[in-house]
Amino acid sequence: MEGITAILALGILAALLGLVLGLAARSIRVESDKVEEQIDALLPQTQCAQCGYPGCRPYAKAIAEGEADINLCAPGGDAAIRALADLLGREVKPMAHDVDPEESAVVAVVDEPRCIGCTLCIQACPVDAIVGAPRQMHTVIAAECTGCKLCLPPCPVDCIDLAPLPPADNGSAWARPDARTATA
Amino acid sequence: MNPTRIAVTPGRFHGGLKLDGHRKLASGKPITPLPLSERYFLWLAQHYGDAALPCVSVGERVLRGQVVALQEGQRGTPIHAPTSGIVRGFQDLPAPAADSSSASMLVIESDGEDRACTDLSGLAEWDCAAPETLVERIAQSGIVGLGGAVFATAAKIARAEAGVTLILNGAECEPYISCDDGLMRERANSIIGGAQILLRALGSSDCIIAIERDKPEAIAAMEVALRDAGDERFRLERIFSLYPAGGERQLIETLTGRQVPRGGLPQDIGLVCINVGTAAAIRHAVCEGRPLTSRVTTVTGPVLGAPGNFDVRIGTPVRELIAAAGGCNDPKARLIMGGPMMGIPLRDDRVPVIKAMNCLLALPESALADGRDQRPCIRCGECAEVCPARLLPQQMYWELRDERFEPARKFGLDACIECGCCDVVCPSHLPLTRYFRWGKGQLHRQTVERERAEHARQRFEARNARIGQQKAQREARLAAKREALEKARSDGNRGAAIDEIIARKKSSTAGNDDSGQTG
Repeated sequence: MEGITAILALGILAALLGLVLGLAARSIRVESDKVEEQIDALLPQTQCAQCGYPGCRPYAKAIAEGEADINLCAPGGDAAIRALADLLGREVKPMAHDVDPEESAVVAVVDEPRCIGCTLCIQACPVDAIVGAPRQMHTVIAAECTGCKLCLPPCPVDCIDLAPLPPADNGSAWARPDARTATA
Repeated sequence: MNPTRIAVTPGRFHGGLKLDGHRKLASGKPITPLPLSERYFLWLAQHYGDAALPCVSVGERVLRGQVVALQEGQRGTPIHAPTSGIVRGFQDLPAPAADSSSASMLVIESDGEDRACTDLSGLAEWDCAAPETLVERIAQSGIVGLGGAVFATAAKIARAEAGVTLILNGAECEPYISCDDGLMRERANSIIGGAQILLRALGSSDCIIAIERDKPEAIAAMEVALRDAGDERFRLERIFSLYPAGGERQLIETLTGRQVPRGGLPQDIGLVCINVGTAAAIRHAVCEGRPLTSRVTTVTGPVLGAPGNFDVRIGTPVRELIAAAGGCNDPKARLIMGGPMMGIPLRDDRVPVIKAMNCLLALPESALADGRDQRPCIRCGECAEVCPARLLPQQMYWELRDERFEPARKFGLDACIECGCCDVVCPSHLPLTRYFRWGKGQLHRQTVERERAEHARQRFEARNARIGQQKAQREARLAAKREALEKARSDGNRGAAIDEIIARKKSSTAGNDDSGQTG
């Protein structure tokens, strides 16, 4: 008799807890959309496609679905890898690309006299940062350009160059104090 | 008695240091105007807020006080020509900014005549003018806070509610600097006049003038000016001289015993704090129609021949300031804009004077802290004892050393006023303030990058949405056409005719794509 009571009690308990767990899993489940969004928020939004996906959001989706590794974002650098590892609870990995960490941010510049107005760069730009029309001169809106370099290969006359991003003009850029110099 | 009057309860701010003033070097001598320079160099980003937009062309003749660059954005300010002459374009020069970065400066070649522009005339009856008119005039005249923050004064006034208490900051607390001291001794009437204009612009009737006790001559001169003005809205407070008593938040705490909330502004607790030099500049702008094209600057240091206070035009190369102050007798001396505590090191003597330059200091190398050996932080807590912002410098240092910017921000990095007290007391000689300046810059950069990324993400998504929509529209159009065709073909004789045409078309050419180009 006692055995049956024990089995019954434990059985009911297990069923109840199972129900609670099931409901909880349903109500507080992290949707894969949300993970994707969180990952997307950590990516630099250059839309350069160097990761092999056609933009930051598709790459975020691939990471969320476990298809892509977290070390493919070249513009994000080690900081992005660390942030992604932190978010997803994974190990930090070395960067998959050969990137120069000292490389400064760039913007594309159209050498206007050379431009023939083919519109190919306009179609390649992922953020609509190039204005122009067929057989008319094109130009880059520097404030919108992410420096993704996707406009370079399609240009038939090689009239697009990369220029360093102008630093903020009010110069708040103090360098990290190294071991030897101290403040005056 | 006015109900909004704030009771003065002599308080004391947290921390601070008693420092050797070194002010005797430059103070006491009359303010000397500098002779005209051949060329002036105007840095268009010399104030807080967006850089001014140049509005003159190369070769154009300009007059003194003429606008050469327009105000950009709400908190920007216009920039005026310091003398009459010819615009010579831009030149890259070391800027008086963080780590001596270069910036392009607008060059104006003086014609030696120094003719004034008559666009703005003095408002003789300013005491009947509407507050808005006064604020507009202050904005047009390029007035910014001359204590060092270079925040647009008009924007500051516009953000204050009516009935605030005006605090005139004459508590010049950093060693070596005495430009405000000199100004109060010699131009007390201008300062009081400027303050009266400010009271009208602010809709306020209460003004506290705060001066440190170690400036008896300035206090005496201001008292005389106050007696002459006979204005009951003013009170003069003598405050203890303790560095950094002249810091806005520290001064407010000293005068009222109240603290400005972190991340907030003095306006939030009904106060507006204006430097005495700014008040004098406002007086000149409103009463004489003279925009801000010059300021009083202390040129001092133990290696200079004849230190003193000078009335210098904005844009003068500091080389000429040194020459006016008797030259420098130490070829290895270091130049600093500002005082020894908060100053910014200058790369060389080509740097031009900017509105923020209250002092040009030349120190021998031996007086600088660079050579001292750094040792590890021992967590002694001395820095927290002296921090006037009530922060934990050692903790912020530990976070920043390992580039943990976000935790450093949580420990109040943004509230650091960069006074340098912690550097002075640190037994391990750590360059704490340098770390904080660097950390603030990095945090700012991260914010800008995040904003840029968010913007790019929106544009990327908008583009994808547009391309998707165009594709869907085209498909819908094609489907409609196909459907119409099918319908026609099922219609007896016409159907046979259509089939025949299609067959002919297929055999004649490979067919042209009707895909249009977009972009």
